[in-house]
Amino acid sequence: MQEDCLLKLRGIEKRFPGVRALHNVDFTLRKGEIHALMGENGAGKSTLIKLLTGVYSKDDGTIYVEGKEAHIHSPQDAQNNGISTVYQEITLCPNLTVAENIFIGRESNMVVKRKDYEKRTAEILSNLQIPARPRQQLGNCSLAVQQMVAIARAVDMQCKVLILDEPTSSLDDKEVNMLFKLMRDLKARGVGIIFVTHFLEQVYEVCDRITVLRNGELVGEYLTEDLPQVQLVSKMIGKELDELNNLSEKDNVVIEKGEVFYEAKGLSSSSALPFDFTIHKGEVNGFTGLLGSGRSESVRAIFGADKVNGGTVKIKGKQVQIDRPIQAMKNGIGYLSEDRKGDGIIAELSVRENIILALQVMNGFFKPISRSESEAFADEYIKALSIKTASRETPVGSLSGGNQQKVILARWLLTHPDYLILDEPTRGIDVGTKLEIQKLVLKLAEDGVSVTFISSEIEEMLRTCSRLIVMRDRHIVGELKGSELNQAQVMRTIAGGETKNEG
Amino acid sequence: MKDNTKKSFDIKSIFRGGLGQLTIPIIAIALLVIFNLIRDPSFFSIGFSSNNEGNTVLEGNLISIINSASELAVLAIGMTLVTAACGGQDISVGAAAAIAGSAFVKVLKSGSEIGAGTVIAAFILACVVAMIFGAFNGTLVAVFKIQPMIATLILYTCGRSIAYWINGGATPTVSSPIITAIGSFIPGIPVPTPVIIVIVMIVLFKLLFRFTSLELLTQSVGINGSAARLNGINTTFIKLLSFIFLGICVAVAGCIGVSRLGLINHETLLLDIEMDAILAVAIGGNNLGGGRFKISGSILGAYIIQMLTITLYAMKVPSTDVKAYKAIVIVILVVIGSPVVKQKFNRFMTQLQMKKNQTAVKEGGKA
Amino acid sequence: MKKIKRLTSLLLAIVLVFGMTACTSDTGASSTGGGDTPPASTGSGELIKVGVVNNPPSESGYREANVKDMEAVFSKDNGYELKTFYSIKNDEQLQAAQGFITDGVDYLLISAAETTGWDEVLKKAQEAGIKVYLFDRMIDVDESLYEAAVVSDMAKEGETAVNWLLSQNLDTYNVIHIQGAMGSDAQIGRTGALDAQFASGKMNKVVQQTATWDEAEAKKIVETVINSGEDFNVIYAENDGMAKGAVAALDEHGITHGVDGKVIVMGFDCNKWALRELLAKSWNYDGQCSPFQAGVISDFIKSGSAPSSKVIYNEEKGFDAKTLTQEDIDTYGLGE
Repeated sequence: MQEDCLLKLRGIEKRFPGVRALHNVDFTLRKGEIHALMGENGAGKSTLIKLLTGVYSKDDGTIYVEGKEAHIHSPQDAQNNGISTVYQEITLCPNLTVAENIFIGRESNMVVKRKDYEKRTAEILSNLQIPARPRQQLGNCSLAVQQMVAIARAVDMQCKVLILDEPTSSLDDKEVNMLFKLMRDLKARGVGIIFVTHFLEQVYEVCDRITVLRNGELVGEYLTEDLPQVQLVSKMIGKELDELNNLSEKDNVVIEKGEVFYEAKGLSSSSALPFDFTIHKGEVNGFTGLLGSGRSESVRAIFGADKVNGGTVKIKGKQVQIDRPIQAMKNGIGYLSEDRKGDGIIAELSVRENIILALQVMNGFFKPISRSESEAFADEYIKALSIKTASRETPVGSLSGGNQQKVILARWLLTHPDYLILDEPTRGIDVGTKLEIQKLVLKLAEDGVSVTFISSEIEEMLRTCSRLIVMRDRHIVGELKGSELNQAQVMRTIAGGETKNEG
Repeated sequence: MKDNTKKSFDIKSIFRGGLGQLTIPIIAIALLVIFNLIRDPSFFSIGFSSNNEGNTVLEGNLISIINSASELAVLAIGMTLVTAACGGQDISVGAAAAIAGSAFVKVLKSGSEIGAGTVIAAFILACVVAMIFGAFNGTLVAVFKIQPMIATLILYTCGRSIAYWINGGATPTVSSPIITAIGSFIPGIPVPTPVIIVIVMIVLFKLLFRFTSLELLTQSVGINGSAARLNGINTTFIKLLSFIFLGICVAVAGCIGVSRLGLINHETLLLDIEMDAILAVAIGGNNLGGGRFKISGSILGAYIIQMLTITLYAMKVPSTDVKAYKAIVIVILVVIGSPVVKQKFNRFMTQLQMKKNQTAVKEGGKA
Repeated sequence: MKKIKRLTSLLLAIVLVFGMTACTSDTGASSTGGGDTPPASTGSGELIKVGVVNNPPSESGYREANVKDMEAVFSKDNGYELKTFYSIKNDEQLQAAQGFITDGVDYLLISAAETTGWDEVLKKAQEAGIKVYLFDRMIDVDESLYEAAVVSDMAKEGETAVNWLLSQNLDTYNVIHIQGAMGSDAQIGRTGALDAQFASGKMNKVVQQTATWDEAEAKKIVETVINSGEDFNVIYAENDGMAKGAVAALDEHGITHGVDGKVIVMGFDCNKWALRELLAKSWNYDGQCSPFQAGVISDFIKSGSAPSSKVIYNEEKGFDAKTLTQEDIDTYGLGE
């Protein structure tokens, strides 16, 4: 058993100013195993991975690689120890070929001739059954293939330990299956894989073992078959799942239709085809459909985020013009975009500044929010949404994903919107925060705020939305409510089994 | 646990406040001061003397430095805004200042006598002209999305020809007590007028930041334009605005430059100042890629550059070598202020701080 | 609304671009203005066709006076048909010269942007029987390719100035020497004579620093010396602007200058405003750098006699504040 251990971490400590990121953490990775590293945001997963890849240095504890103590102080050290990482964001060069990407930046690069490494690449690709050609430009491959090329690169560099950090978050089901096949293949070759993901189903599909971290401490290591999904979640968030169950019960409550808040007829934008849409006061509705179905584009059109081409919009029965975000905001609409980093946070600005931003813009150029006022707002929402941050002046970019999302939520809540559009607010964040956000959505609705909620996880939408608009190929293909709100029906509608008329 | 977080929060805020963006410029100034004091203990002595108009005025190297850095300091303010909003720099400020200065002189020379009214009219026209050219640059950058350096290259190239075209003659002169008062001293006030103008500009910009949301909006646009737009900010307008404010700074700098000598030489007025202005922004610890900014840093940067020049002059460094020495010091400053070095330094400080914390905790435990 | 805003900003940009091209083409137009002489004159036959390749008047006050002088001397009234081309770019100048040769001018007058690259064009001119005069600036070609070069003797300007300074018979000479852009003809020439005095020990060098023709820089240099407390009684600035900068520093620190003042102020170029300072006795000396070569060349052309030497130095004066008259200013002053 001992010699099967690829990687052994014992008593790992890591502190940052004000935060104890890891305390007495043990972790063991065996040969030929896929090991899920689970935990909420801030549990210490990324810190642990950064220690293994040499981005951070540990304060205490020991790392053994194949039984020998290893000192990892730089990514180079990690590589020399056979540890490779593939990140969520592809870190290869899209304008080079697949072969070039596999060989770039390696010593052999200087000597090896183009033909030779293209031949070698072809071997690797066929060996791992990756559907790509050596001379293909990487940028032209699908995200999954790019992901796999990154893995191939790691494998070819004789890696023993492969760390996959959220590799599946931008892949569709088919692509995920391709990736899993590759992972199992590598496992059979004796590579140890550390798999970090937020998708619980995927953990159960592919992992042998699960290690759970919480608040920088080790909760435990489990064999996957011994740990039911519900228990995993409760271990991650540290409490039983009553609340989750409570939420589930709510999906039967059909909210009485109040007055119509927002109504669009034939609304279209540079990226959305004309569509009709209505939402009532205090209603939570959802847009669902596969990636590229047009759900995000539609809500962007509502907010005026893209160039609006046509259609009429009424708010509380009165016709208004919304073709810029500021007009939407002035009409009481808030929009949390799906691209948190690109379209959401202002990374270098503080939590405080990020929170007051939208309100400040609405107040106008000549009415700045005073320092003390903005501090009060920030404190209020940091507390209300329990945002984990060292202080309100911490740059928002240094918070974890879930907390960044909460900051953006706070930003919109501060504008006291009548209608809040949340596009993938729960993507890439931990289970606990997901739950909090769902609860928040329902509470907002109770307070009379209309909410549009978009999520890739249908269950999440079924739990929160009282009405689902289903899109396919940039058209609305159905609208589900009441008893129709179940997974099977949604799937059928998405797949086009049955087209419902709008009600 | 709670105490722990609170403590670290305090440390962090001190850390940020004390050793933040202004560390490098302050250390640089301190080093220059110490260096000069060792070299010549009387270097910074300030005294009163009487000038040729019979006014009692302050004199000394320190006054010279602060006085002669005035145009640079004013330009650095505007340059900081443009840098923050657009993530690029305006390299046409010297040429634009020559245009503004020419416009200023043109109006001054239009009447037979130069009264206060003429000077005010001339200054306003200079401002309008500089703002129009700022708007031109801003339009290229904000609307047509041209790289700031490329967009302003146009005015950089032809600006001094435009300045020539305004006045024709190579060095038109203006002489008036009012102009002398603007360029050197107001009778009865011992502080050089350009220094007073810089203070007024700083106060005006502070008020601007105080009574508008310009600072937050500019930073948002500079850091993440896409997110700023989705938060309802008119990013085009903010970028354009930054260039227009720079235009005002350019006009002020140009008018100071003209008033100092009562003459405009369109070829040499504020020559090469754009590079010094950009350097001032960089030395001040501002990210040249846009985003967070500190006007005070840039102004310190301007004074550092000037102190360096005057120091080199005072050391009688051979004229041909001055630029090389300047370059060496600036390279050092910019490297020290670079993200890589900063990060290393911060990491070092954090570790130091943590060790202190640990011992403190241990001692606390014992007690 | 948005569209309108876009449109206005677009319009603004267009207007500005136009404004700019308009003004650049304006200088361009004024530069080719001389070439626009009505074609009727070619019919009259008696006119002597002269092509002038020069630097643009915007280059300096010197050049502006130079261009004006050329246009005045080679006027129709004086029996000339003048074609002009102004550029600071050598290749453009070469092309223009080529064009003048093709046009069949009788004389080609050149003040080149760069000293090299002119062989071929001048050979062609010679083949076509066109006589070439160089003015203001020399070119690196065989002497046989041009009739004569009429230039300023910068070294002599320096000597004249230094001789004048020596004639003041001061007990000591403590000189602040403010140089022009290092390496330029004017700087090298005007520095030489003074350097000789420093070397011989007759004059003391308080500081020798370049201000690259920049007035503000000159002021800083003098200010630094004043602050250091060093003694000086002469400011030798290599052009008027830098002298003005130096004087501004003196004024601010209460140091008298000019005739009867503590410090002797010397400048070069004879701008009108500088000569007026002399007349007001606040400066002491201004050395001329004559831009008036046209008269000399015209004399050669009209007389038909070949110049006695290949290099002809323009006669240049040095003005003393004690003897300067308003008439001198009107005759020799540049600018307004």
